[in-house]
Amino acid sequence: MTYAAPGAPPAASVELPVIRDNPVAGLHRLANRIVTLCWVELRKIRHDRTELYTRAIQPALWLLIYGEVFTRLHAIPMPAGVSYLAYLSPGILAQSALFIAIFYGIQIIWERDAGVLTKLMVTPTPRSALITGKAFAAGVRSLIQGVVVLIIAAILGVAFTDNPLKIIGAMMILVLGSAFFACLSMSIAGLALARDRLMGIGQAITMPLFFSSSALYPTKFMPGWLQAISKVNPLTYEVEALRGLLIGWSTTLWLDTVVLVGATVASITCASLLLPRLANR
Amino acid sequence: MTAGAAEMAPEGTTTDAVRCTDLSYSFGTHTAVDHVDLNIVPGEMYGLLGPNGAGKTTTIRMLTTLLKPATGTVTVFGIDVAARPMLVRRVIGYVPQMLSADANLTGLENVELFARLFDVPRRTRKDLVDGALQAMGLTEAATRLAGTYSGGMIRRLELAQALVNAPRLLVLDEPTVGLDPIARGDVWDYIERLREEHQMTVLMTTHYMDEADAYCDRVSLMHRGTIRATGRPADLRAGLGGGATLDDVFRHYTGDTLDDAQEEGGIRDVRRARRTARRLG
Repeated sequence: MTYAAPGAPPAASVELPVIRDNPVAGLHRLANRIVTLCWVELRKIRHDRTELYTRAIQPALWLLIYGEVFTRLHAIPMPAGVSYLAYLSPGILAQSALFIAIFYGIQIIWERDAGVLTKLMVTPTPRSALITGKAFAAGVRSLIQGVVVLIIAAILGVAFTDNPLKIIGAMMILVLGSAFFACLSMSIAGLALARDRLMGIGQAITMPLFFSSSALYPTKFMPGWLQAISKVNPLTYEVEALRGLLIGWSTTLWLDTVVLVGATVASITCASLLLPRLANR
Repeated sequence: MTAGAAEMAPEGTTTDAVRCTDLSYSFGTHTAVDHVDLNIVPGEMYGLLGPNGAGKTTTIRMLTTLLKPATGTVTVFGIDVAARPMLVRRVIGYVPQMLSADANLTGLENVELFARLFDVPRRTRKDLVDGALQAMGLTEAATRLAGTYSGGMIRRLELAQALVNAPRLLVLDEPTVGLDPIARGDVWDYIERLREEHQMTVLMTTHYMDEADAYCDRVSLMHRGTIRATGRPADLRAGLGGGATLDDVFRHYTGDTLDDAQEEGGIRDVRRARRTARRLG
C-alpha cells in the first residue's frame, strides 16, 4: 500500500505497512506475542538455571519435613487409601507456582526501570497482549518448576495419575493459576510502582493466600470465616483442580476451571489497564 | 517570530515525517509540553535540544504513542498518532534514554525478540536479525549475554533492535547519554551510516549542544515546555554573530545558561537519572 496525502508529490509518498484490523488478525497477533514472550522466558531459564534449583528447596522442605511428619501424625483425617503426602503434593505444587508468579510484578518494574518496558510498548503489541504474554511466560516458568516438585513428590512415594490427558490438564491448570497470580502481581505493580513496595506487598499476601486455601488441609476443617475467605481465593480452585487431576481426589473440575479462567481474564484486564500508569512513571 | 522559522518546509507541499500541532501535556499542575508546533521533513536529522525537564522526553513519548496528547495532534508520515497508534508503531524505531537491552538474553536473542514483536516472518527472520547485528558491528558478540556488553555496545544493540522493523523514522532519546567520548563517537558513526543507507528520518533529543551542532540538519531549542527557536545550527549561530556557539544561542533565546536551566529537571528526572546510575553501577 502506498500512502500519500491528497495532492502530495510522489517524492513525499511513503510505503506504509498494511495492517489488518480484524478479530482473526488480532488473535493471531495475540498468539504470536504469547509464543514470543514464552520463548524469551525459556531462553532465560536456559541461560541461568540457578533459580530453578534454589526455588526447589522450599517445596522440597514442605514435602520432606512437613509432609512426612503430618503423614505420621494422622492429624488431618484422610479417606482410606489416600496418604496425606499425596493430598499435600498438589497443594505444594500450586504453592511453588504461586511464589514464582506473585513476584512477577517485580520483573515488570525492573523492565520499566531499565527502559525495556517502554521499548516493548512501542512495538505493535497491544497492552493486553503484552500482559497476556507475560502471564503465560510466568506459567512456563511455573511449569518447569512444577516438574521438579512432582519429581520430588514421586521420589517420596506419591503415586500420581498415569493418564496423559489428566497430566496435560494439570499442566494447563498450573499455567492458568500462574497467569492469574502473575497478573495480580503486575496489577499491584501498577499501583505500588516501586520494587521495594511490591516486594513487601508480595510477601504480605503470599502466606495468607496459601493458608486460606485448601493447599494444606480440607476447607471443611476451617472455621467459618476462613472457609468464606477460601471460597473467594483462586488458589483453592487451582489446588482442587490439581488434586482432582493428579491424585483422583473428588473435585468439581468444571467449576474450578471456570473460576480460574474468569479470574485470569479479569486480572489480565486489570493489569493491562494499569500498565500505562506503570510505564509512564 | 523565532529565528529560522523560514527554514521550515512550506506547508502542504510534502507529507511531513513528523508534524506536531499545538501539542500540550501536563503532569498534574506542571505543564511539561506547552503548545508545541514542529515539523520534520522526510530524510532529515532533527534535534530537539534543551536541558533536563525542558519537555523533550514528554514530546517524544507522545510521538511514540506512549502518552496521549492532552491537546493538539501529532502525525507521523501523515498518520494521526492518537487515532492509529498500532500503525505508527510499525513505522518508527525507538531507542529510549536508558540503556535498555535485556541483560539476561544474548545480543542475538535481544534482536530476535524485536523481530518477532514486529511480526517479521520466520523465513526472513534469521537473515534480517543477522544483518542488523552485522550492520551494528555486533556479529562477534552476538551469542554473548547482553549483560556483558559495554555501554556503547548496548546502544548499538538497541539500534539493531530498532532496525529489524526497517523504520521510516528513528527516534533517539539522548542516544549518547552515559557513554564515554569514544563510545559516543562510535555510536554517531553508526547512526550516520544508517541514515545514509536507509534514508531514514531521525529525531533525536540531546542536551549536548556540540553533538547537535555536528550532526543535526535542523534543531529546535526547547525550554520549559515551549520551543524557543528552530533552524539550522549554523544559521542559528550566525544569527548571533561570529564565534557564537549553540550554547550562546540557547542562552540568547531562553535567558538561561544550560547549566542553570538544568536545575529545572525536577524530581522525575532526578529519579530517572538515579535509576540509570544505579543500573550502570
